[in-house]
Amino acid sequence: MTQLRTKIILSVLFLGVFTGAALGQFNFPPPDFGPEYVMPETTTPPPQSGWHDIADVTVLLAALILAAYFTLKKRRRSYIFTLMIFCLIYFGFWREGCVCPIGSIQNITLALFDSSYTVPLVVLAFFVLPLVFTLFFGRGFCAAVCPLGAIQDVVLISPIKVPSWLQHSLGLLAYVYLGAAVLFAATGSAFIICEYDPFVAFFRLSGSLNMLVLGGCFLVVGMFVGRPYCRFFCPYGVLLRLMSRFSKWKVTITPEECVQCHLCRETCPFGAIETPTPENISTGSLQRDKFRLAALFLLLPILIATGGFLVSNMSVPLSRMHADVRLAERIYLEDTGAVLDTVDESDAFRATGTPIEQLYADVDIIRGKFTTGGWLLGGFLGLVLGAKLIRLSVYRRRSDYQAHRAYCLACGRCYEYCPVHQEKIKADTATVIKVGG
Amino acid sequence: MALEKPEDNKINRRDWLGSGLRSLCLLGVGGTAGLLAGRSQAQNTVWQIDPYICIACGNCATHCVLDESAVKCVHAFAMCGYCDLCTGFMDPQPDAINKGAENELCPTGAITRTFVEDPYYQYTIDEKLCNGCGKCVKGCSKMGNGSLFLQVRHDRCVNCNECAIAAACPSQAFKRVPASQPYIMKEADHAE
Repeated sequence: MTQLRTKIILSVLFLGVFTGAALGQFNFPPPDFGPEYVMPETTTPPPQSGWHDIADVTVLLAALILAAYFTLKKRRRSYIFTLMIFCLIYFGFWREGCVCPIGSIQNITLALFDSSYTVPLVVLAFFVLPLVFTLFFGRGFCAAVCPLGAIQDVVLISPIKVPSWLQHSLGLLAYVYLGAAVLFAATGSAFIICEYDPFVAFFRLSGSLNMLVLGGCFLVVGMFVGRPYCRFFCPYGVLLRLMSRFSKWKVTITPEECVQCHLCRETCPFGAIETPTPENISTGSLQRDKFRLAALFLLLPILIATGGFLVSNMSVPLSRMHADVRLAERIYLEDTGAVLDTVDESDAFRATGTPIEQLYADVDIIRGKFTTGGWLLGGFLGLVLGAKLIRLSVYRRRSDYQAHRAYCLACGRCYEYCPVHQEKIKADTATVIKVGG
Repeated sequence: MALEKPEDNKINRRDWLGSGLRSLCLLGVGGTAGLLAGRSQAQNTVWQIDPYICIACGNCATHCVLDESAVKCVHAFAMCGYCDLCTGFMDPQPDAINKGAENELCPTGAITRTFVEDPYYQYTIDEKLCNGCGKCVKGCSKMGNGSLFLQVRHDRCVNCNECAIAAACPSQAFKRVPASQPYIMKEADHAE
């Protein structure tokens, strides 16, 4: 009985469909209930207002100024730590980690390559401000402003020393990450820095299992290896390292003359303090080093060419990061009969009525971009590797323990351990500080 | 004195090189910023679904970084046919035309069906219960007027730089829209 009734209703309904289509654009013309019927309103809750953006940029600017003041002028770990905790709470847990300077690299890249995308001013400010500050005051941003750095800094309980060769090798990963992120952003494929942001799930206290596991791994490793993401992966860190190398002012461990106690080197969890070079070096080894340096310079173009060749040959698998390429490959499989079923993507595409030839033509253009981008990315990585080898072969004389211009994160731990610094504080405040218990 | 002189020169040369490279970096950063500042916009962008492209695949319910998706179903009442047998509300083969759970499409019972006048019924979405799965949207657009559609609700959306649903959207219906016009509402006179 019920079945019969349903059939009747459905047939009436189909009749309605056809007559409706014939009458106008609606299958079922909206009824007119008269004035007493009050149509419910469809609400549109607005996004958070623009003053949030202004507040974010203001807090960023203030935090950068304070970070520079604390790291270079005040020279106190406790001040830096307090600012770091504030920024962790504000940019991390309160503002939930978006937008951050690290991710803004991709917005900037996309805006440079795709003229239809306009980058919001707040994103532009987040990209530019930390770089400019680092260019003058060193990496105060990493020390006290970046929430990703801060969350790793607070879990660091028992740092172990990473061997120098490993530290230099792992540091190259960040260049690969930056290069890949720029390639995928420039081709409009994906924002991988945001997709694989390890800590944003913690800031929001929700997220996919993958995100939580990835972030958890970083935090567990970060208990023993100082700031693994910052040192070995952070793509923005690559830019900051470059800026910090030429910064106008930099972190100096000791305010006066170094007493060569190497306490600072023992306390640095990031391996960023360089030891004084030995006084005498035999001329024989110097001669050998010169030959090696010359060989490396000759090797540089070969490295660049090899890198470009290798990565450009990977353009087809790399291009699958782009949704259109995946779609075209799927459509091709379906049309050639290699697969018999369809997926949502192919159904949605066919429903739009776009000619398949146009999709294939678009994908050819995207693949072409990936080939060009592959040459550039590979060449860049070859250049980075070559430059790293050259830099490791250059001999520079140092008489004191010094913070490395690029790798020092300006966390201020070494200040607390420098006896000269402590003496100076004692003299300045004229109060007795008991050192070492 | 003669020994100190080259030392001074060396330091000066290094300083000069340093400031030169610093200026170069500043020029690079400033140049990029200047180039983009002209084309950038003062207001932020937010994510939104184009309801005319959306196929209601169900990814919105599962791919949002929030445990409860920021995407919800909304109803353009002016487009609704107020059908008795609503294909957005009911399973295609309902046992009876009433609010019985066995007849409803919505897995969370978020759609309320209220009588207006014979034979018309009003369907409202309880947003607290809606999980953005789009089952009703699919049903409504298949046979009805398409007055039910999915939208990113901006009181919930945290506006990720890379929206996880957008990355998983099969029809590429997600787009960045200016924050001043954060919704793409379906309208009766939309030109297809």
